[in-house]
Amino acid sequence: MTTESHPVPVLEVHDLVRHYRLPRESLFAEPGHVYALNGVTFEIQKGKSFGIVGESGCGKSTLARNVMALEDTDSGSVKILGKEVIGLSFDQLRPLRRHFQMVFQDPYGSLDPHHNVGRIVAEPLAALGAISKAERESRVSTVLQSVGLKPQDVSKYPHEFSGGQRQRIAIARALITHPELIVADEPVSALDVSVQAQVLNLLKDLQDEFGVTYMFISHDLAVVEYLCDEVAVMYLGEIVEKGQTADLFSTPAHPYTRILLDAVPKPGSGRKRERIKLEGNVTGQTERRMGCAFQDRCPMAKDICHKVKPPLNSVGEAHLAACHFSDEVMQKAKSATL
Amino acid sequence: MSLLNINNLSVILETNKGPARAVRNLSFRLEKGETLGIVGESGCGKSMAALALMGLLPERSKTEGQIKLDGQNLLEKDDQEMCQIRGNRLAMIFQEPMTSLNPVHTVGNQIMEPLRLHRNMSESDAKVETLRLLDRVGIPNPQARFDNYPHQLSGGQRQRVMIAIALSCQPDVLIADEPTTALDVTIQDQILDLIQTLVREEGMSLILISHDLGVISENTDNILVMYGGAAVETGKTEQIFDELIHPYTQGLFAAMPKLGRAKNRRLVTIPGTVPDLISMPMGCTFTDRCPLATEVCQNTPPPVVEVKSKHFVACHHLDEARDRKTEELFS
Repeated sequence: MTTESHPVPVLEVHDLVRHYRLPRESLFAEPGHVYALNGVTFEIQKGKSFGIVGESGCGKSTLARNVMALEDTDSGSVKILGKEVIGLSFDQLRPLRRHFQMVFQDPYGSLDPHHNVGRIVAEPLAALGAISKAERESRVSTVLQSVGLKPQDVSKYPHEFSGGQRQRIAIARALITHPELIVADEPVSALDVSVQAQVLNLLKDLQDEFGVTYMFISHDLAVVEYLCDEVAVMYLGEIVEKGQTADLFSTPAHPYTRILLDAVPKPGSGRKRERIKLEGNVTGQTERRMGCAFQDRCPMAKDICHKVKPPLNSVGEAHLAACHFSDEVMQKAKSATL
Repeated sequence: MSLLNINNLSVILETNKGPARAVRNLSFRLEKGETLGIVGESGCGKSMAALALMGLLPERSKTEGQIKLDGQNLLEKDDQEMCQIRGNRLAMIFQEPMTSLNPVHTVGNQIMEPLRLHRNMSESDAKVETLRLLDRVGIPNPQARFDNYPHQLSGGQRQRVMIAIALSCQPDVLIADEPTTALDVTIQDQILDLIQTLVREEGMSLILISHDLGVISENTDNILVMYGGAAVETGKTEQIFDELIHPYTQGLFAAMPKLGRAKNRRLVTIPGTVPDLISMPMGCTFTDRCPLATEVCQNTPPPVVEVKSKHFVACHHLDEARDRKTEELFS
C-alpha cells in the first residue's frame, strides 16, 4: 500500500482534543475542565524523529498517552501506519500494540522490581500471541545485545542496574516487538549528563539500524536539537510552532519559541546574555478564552492578540507558526544571527 | 582571611557494605560576596559537602578536616551552637521545593518560624517582615499568599518561598543545592535571576550546586568540579571554560548536547557509569573511566597542580590531558 510519492506516515495525528473534567465546586455549579489538548495535528514519516517541546503543563505527556491509546480521547484521530486506533477496544488494540511502544521518563518507576530483566523485556511479546520459549529467549538476548547489555543480564533484577542501564532495559522492552513507532516521554531527563549522552547515542544508533520512528518528548531543547529532524513547540495544549529542527532553532517564528531558546543557559559564555525574559508561569489550562494562547505572557502582545486567535500559518518551507507577528519575530532572529 | 575556609574535608558514611567516602580531602575557600559553583554528576559528593557545611549530615557519618567560618571550626561545634549558626550565618535552598516545605503549615507561618526563633521577633513584627520578604522574592500579592499552603503555589513560587525562608535571617552564605533542577527553563531563568540579584544586593556569598554546566557558567565567579567525592578541577569560571583540562571536565562538557551544535556530530560519551563510592580506587577517583589512566592513577592520589593563576587541576597525566583533544580522548 506504500507508494513512492505518498508513503503512509507512521503516525498521523489529526485535531486531537482531550479535556479533563474537574470535580464540581458545588452541587449546582457547572464542572470546570482542564483543556489539556486543544486540537493537535501533525504527522511523522518513517525513520524520522519528531520532537515535542514545551513547559510542564502544556500537554506534552497527555499527547503521548493519547497517541499510545492509553486513555480515552475526546475527539480527533490518531492513525498508526494508516490505521485508526482511537475508539478501538482493548482486545482490538492488543495486536496493534506491537507497532507502537513507549519508553517512560523514570527508569526506577517504570520497571517492576519483582520481575527479572528477562521477564520485563519479554512482556510486550504477549501481544504477538503464542511463541515458543526458545524463540522468546533468543529474541530477548538479541535485543539486550542491541542496547548494549549482556545476554547474561536476563536473570538479574532492576535494582542491580544503574539509571542509564535501566533506561537501556526500558528501551529493549520497547524494541522487542520491532515496533515502527517508539513514543519516548522524557527518556533522558532522569539521567546524569555523561550517561544521558550514551542513551542519546544509543537511540540514534537504533534508528539507523532498525529504521524506527521516534516521537520524542522533552523539555530540554538541546537534546531535541541533537536527536530530532522535526520539532513542534506546544503551549496550552496547542502546537504554536512546527518545523524542521534547523529552521525552527535558527529562525524561530513564535515569540514563545524564541524565549524558550533564550532561556537555556549556555555553558562557556561565562557572562549573562541580553535576552527577553518571560514573566509568570503557565496558567490558563482551565479557561477558554478568545485570542492567542500565549497572550498573557507574550512581550509582543497587542490588541489583536486578545481578540483573534492566530491560525497555524506557513512561514517557510514546512515551517508553521501561530502568531500574528511571526514575520517580525523571524526578522529579528535573522538580523541577530548576522 | 576568607569568610569560609574548607580544609581537607572528608565525609565518611557508614553503610551496610562498609564505609563510603562521599567527600574526600576537599579544600576550598569562599570570600565575602563571591559566588562559587560546584558541578558534578549524582554521587560526586556535592550535596554531601553542602550538608557537611550546614551540619546536617545523616546520623551514621563521620567527618574529618576543618570547616572554618570566620576562623571558627564548625565541625567542633555542638548541636546547640550549630543551631545558632544555621539560618543566621549559613542558609540553604534545597532542590525539591515541594518536599522541603511543610505541607500542613501555611507559607506565612513557615517564613515566620525562623524570624521568631532566630531573630526573636514578636508575632506582629514577624508578620510584617514576612510580607516584606514575600514581596522581595517577587511573589505577587503577598497579603493573599501569606495564608496559602504550599500545594496552592506553583513550583517556581514554592522555590521563591524557600528563598524567602533562607533569606529571613540575613545569612552570610547562601547554599543553593540544585535550586532549579525541578523547574522549567523559563522559570529556572527567573529563579536564578532572583538569587543573583539578592546575593548582590544583600552582599551574601553563594555556593551554587548544579549538574548543569550552563547554569554554573552563567551564574558563578569560580567553579569547583567534583568527581567521586574529590575535587578534580577548580578555577575562575571564565578561565575553566576557556581551557578545560581534567579529562573528566572535558568529557562532561563534550557529553552535554549544546544548542546550535551540528546535529550530525555524535555526542562524546564517557564510558561506564559513576562508580559506587565503596569501591572507589585509592588513587584518582576517575581512574576506571579515564582514557589516560595508568597504574599510578589507581594507587596514588593525583597531585594538585596550579596550571595558571588560581586554576588547579588534580591529574597525574596533566600534559597529556592538555595536549590531546577531547574527541581523541574519548573515542
